Amino acid sequence: MGRRIVLGLLGLGAAGVVGGASFSRKLSDALAPAELHDPTGLLSTLPVGPVFRYYSVTGGVPHRSEQSYQLRVDGLVAQAATYRLADLEALPQTSFVSDFHCVSGWSVPGDEWSGVALSELLDRAEPASSARAVRIRSFDGTYTESLSLEDARLPHVVVALRMLGDPVSHDHGGPVRMYVDGHYGYKSTKWLSGIELTDNEIPGYWERRGYPLKGVVGE
Amino acid sequence: MSEAGASLARFSTAERWVHRSFGVLMGTCLLTAFALYYGPISLAVGHRHTVELIHVWAGYALPAPLLLGLVSAAYRSDLGVLNRYSREDWRWLRSKNRRDGSFEVGKFNAGQKLNAALTAGSVIVLVGTGTLMFWTGLVRLSWRTGATFVHDWFALGLGLLVLGHLWFAFSDPEAREGMRTGVVSRRWAEREHRAWAGAERREP
Repeated sequence: MGRRIVLGLLGLGAAGVVGGASFSRKLSDALAPAELHDPTGLLSTLPVGPVFRYYSVTGGVPHRSEQSYQLRVDGLVAQAATYRLADLEALPQTSFVSDFHCVSGWSVPGDEWSGVALSELLDRAEPASSARAVRIRSFDGTYTESLSLEDARLPHVVVALRMLGDPVSHDHGGPVRMYVDGHYGYKSTKWLSGIELTDNEIPGYWERRGYPLKGVVGE
Repeated sequence: MSEAGASLARFSTAERWVHRSFGVLMGTCLLTAFALYYGPISLAVGHRHTVELIHVWAGYALPAPLLLGLVSAAYRSDLGVLNRYSREDWRWLRSKNRRDGSFEVGKFNAGQKLNAALTAGSVIVLVGTGTLMFWTGLVRLSWRTGATFVHDWFALGLGLLVLGHLWFAFSDPEAREGMRTGVVSRRWAEREHRAWAGAERREP
């Protein structure tokens, strides 16, 4: 009998792996109204889903305010520049809705993103002809990411100032983070501090730990 | 019962070591799981890659004590006992007065048997789904989403199971001592595991 319970759990687990994605979507749709009116907030901590999970690869991440925030664009460019938050807010803003996918499996569909297209900042920096890629840094002091220059210029690759209708919160990587549409979450660096143009693509934090360099969703 | 201070051997050294190492690994898995899953703690702890590696390797190590224990005959025989549910066990599970000593409880009561089976099954499912989540190239994204879903719920269930296990252990010092020293008093055995105590008397 004990063995049958074990086998039953294995069957349940296997069914969940195959059908869990659509089941969890239905479950979370069904529970969404209850979650909105749940004063304890307990429902949203249960794995019913789509909620953002917060990752940090370092110990504490320093807070940057509107005044102290700076984004440095440099490397193989003619016009290196430092942007403050107000400078970024003054540039043309791109807004769109997209699904966030973590490579480990969780996702949050239908998120609103808004910010400055990375291509806009690249145009202003005037990359040298030898520039092939960008290296993205975080003010957590550790995290780095990379994109080929081609990917970096895609329209929905943004230096995000707002997500989910609000300014990007500290926990979500604010005040300014990357959002690279169509790529797994690890390509979307949180707590963005630097964009450096390089002559080849330098693998970032998770890529040095085994994740694919491209990180395209579904590949 | 009349033999004052008499004691019974309950768990062999090998079994106690299996329990101890499994417990340490389980604790490691659950604590790191909490730090990986619960947002406020995730950010406070940070160091995601390190926490993740501890979690993953403690998880892969979990089945090791259970398998290494198989060299011990006492452990193998207890596994057999845990696997068998008697009619009395079902009666015990359905009753409301299961603790009043009126049941013929063997070496393990039916709750302990259920705990063992649910824990073993959950560990296998968690190791399997964890593998799909960690080696992201193994299956397509929708299965990985399913694996995450299963992993989260099984982890929650197993966490509650372990909390329940600790709750029962901490409310019964002598049961704990049985696992720590391997020996229990005959009085305790007569109260909690009457059929087992009786059988032990017949074949000392």
